[in-house]
Amino acid sequence: MALDLTVPATGATDHSRRRTLALGLAAAAALLLTAGLWVGSEGWAWPAEQAALIVGQIRAPRSLGALAVGALLGLAGALAQGLFRNPLADPFLIGTAAGASLAVVVVLAAGVLGASAATQWFGDIGLAAAAFSGALGGMLLTLLMARGAQHSLRLLLAGVVVGMVCGAVADLLVTLSPQAMRGRQFFMLGSTALLGWHQLALLGAGLALALPAAWRLSRGLDALALGEDTATSLGLPLARLRGALVLLLALATGLAVSQAGLVAFVGLVSPHLVRRFAPAPHGYTLLASAATGGVLLLGADVLARGLLAPLELPVGVLTALLGGGYLLWLLHRRAG
Amino acid sequence: MLQADQLTLQLGGRPVLRGIDCAFATGWTAIVGPNGAGKTSLMRVLAGLLPASKGEVRVGGQPFAALGSRERALRIAWLPQQAEVSGELTVREIVHLGRLPHLGLFTAPGPADEAAVDAAMAATECSAWAQRRLPELSGGERQRVLLARALATQAPILLLDEPTTHLDAPHQVALARLVRRLAQRQVVLTVLHDLPLALHADRVLVLRDGRIAGDGAPADPALQHALVRAFDGAVRIDTRGTHPLAVPALDD
Repeated sequence: MALDLTVPATGATDHSRRRTLALGLAAAAALLLTAGLWVGSEGWAWPAEQAALIVGQIRAPRSLGALAVGALLGLAGALAQGLFRNPLADPFLIGTAAGASLAVVVVLAAGVLGASAATQWFGDIGLAAAAFSGALGGMLLTLLMARGAQHSLRLLLAGVVVGMVCGAVADLLVTLSPQAMRGRQFFMLGSTALLGWHQLALLGAGLALALPAAWRLSRGLDALALGEDTATSLGLPLARLRGALVLLLALATGLAVSQAGLVAFVGLVSPHLVRRFAPAPHGYTLLASAATGGVLLLGADVLARGLLAPLELPVGVLTALLGGGYLLWLLHRRAG
Repeated sequence: MLQADQLTLQLGGRPVLRGIDCAFATGWTAIVGPNGAGKTSLMRVLAGLLPASKGEVRVGGQPFAALGSRERALRIAWLPQQAEVSGELTVREIVHLGRLPHLGLFTAPGPADEAAVDAAMAATECSAWAQRRLPELSGGERQRVLLARALATQAPILLLDEPTTHLDAPHQVALARLVRRLAQRQVVLTVLHDLPLALHADRVLVLRDGRIAGDGAPADPALQHALVRAFDGAVRIDTRGTHPLAVPALDD
């Protein structure tokens, strides 16, 4: 071709931004983990008594657990936004959150776990298992309504419908069994308060499974970004790819909500932050979104514990405030 | 060799293709016709993106049904009329996607893949923007990047749906030269609205109302007649020069 259109290459900048973000996230995680060990019900202080027990059995697993839950949500957010090719897609969209929430209400309303369950449900594997099953059930119902994962828009709409119906049934159950209200509210707000080593092991296993699987499917998301027809013409088995992505999304979201409830905005905002600072193919975006989600939730957890100690703020409220504020700022900037 | 046997396509109950029967060998075939003639639909069926209502497509004698999706992608590269734009990938990363049929999702690219990407970017002259992103480029520049993505596949059959969209005159000519060069060894089909450019192809296939209205070399008087008729006399063919020229029949 005849025209010479020489433009300065920005490749070095791209790589440097990606490296800077990775290093920044690692540093932030280390710093926040240290802070997580220092902050507790008495504020910013190393415990004067029983330090090994308090730090080793409460603060350490809680901080690492917050990092893991945030990572699962960040990963799920990047998967959802890549799958639906929509930067506003949320991991809770495909019925997982609504299903988990309904399952929790059903168990609480049925009184399966007794009267005190509403206040200690996080510690109970039975309720966590119910939330996880509910998340998978919600996703399956969404897939059933959308007649598979072939059409993103249909999947998205089915997710909205499942969310509304599950929400309505949960509301009805709470009306009939008011004792479930408190537990439901606790679940809806999200909390990292009862994450222990046992929960951390589950979350770690989930991450160990989800991160490599997501990374291996990332090239499919790159191709999908150019449109479904282009992805098909490149020989991708689109239906199977979508099915695998939906399954992964449900696994990551289901595991996160089963252990920490509906922590808002982490999944939505993390991929945004990554793309804004270091746009990259999905292989990088997925992993960096997981790291960003982990750092965000750990940061929110540290703040929730330390900001008004000894009063502990619900971590989900903080993430909603911070995430919502960020999106508002983004909207304002774009409008400007 | 790409072959369409009695292809029929209905979309929303409306017949779009009505018994298309043709074969394409090495060389450049331009598909032309008025709006709604079925050009893009034919390309999409030939690319395996739309299933034909009746009839079948064969590649190298094998029906589509016998080929896996990856095997089909290795044989047929497709450039859409309007591609979606990704803001995250650099130009080089987009062109690299053309290697997906070779690599699948799990194999890492090797030197042969890098060489194919380099060659495709050099052929469409987009190497200079390797690290830029599509939203930063003009429509014509994007089109060249997406063409490079199709070329990087190194498929023996190239289906280009309106590849000259958004291109300025120098780049239209450059693209036509590139297509000609490719067509010496590959089957190249291009949907074109630019009739003067289409008449530089080795063969012109005229579609109207989902049927083949003409098929032949640009110099063939029967083809020229079919072309004029397909466009309701809105063009005429000037044969005074060394090459037939389609011109708007403004003064007729």
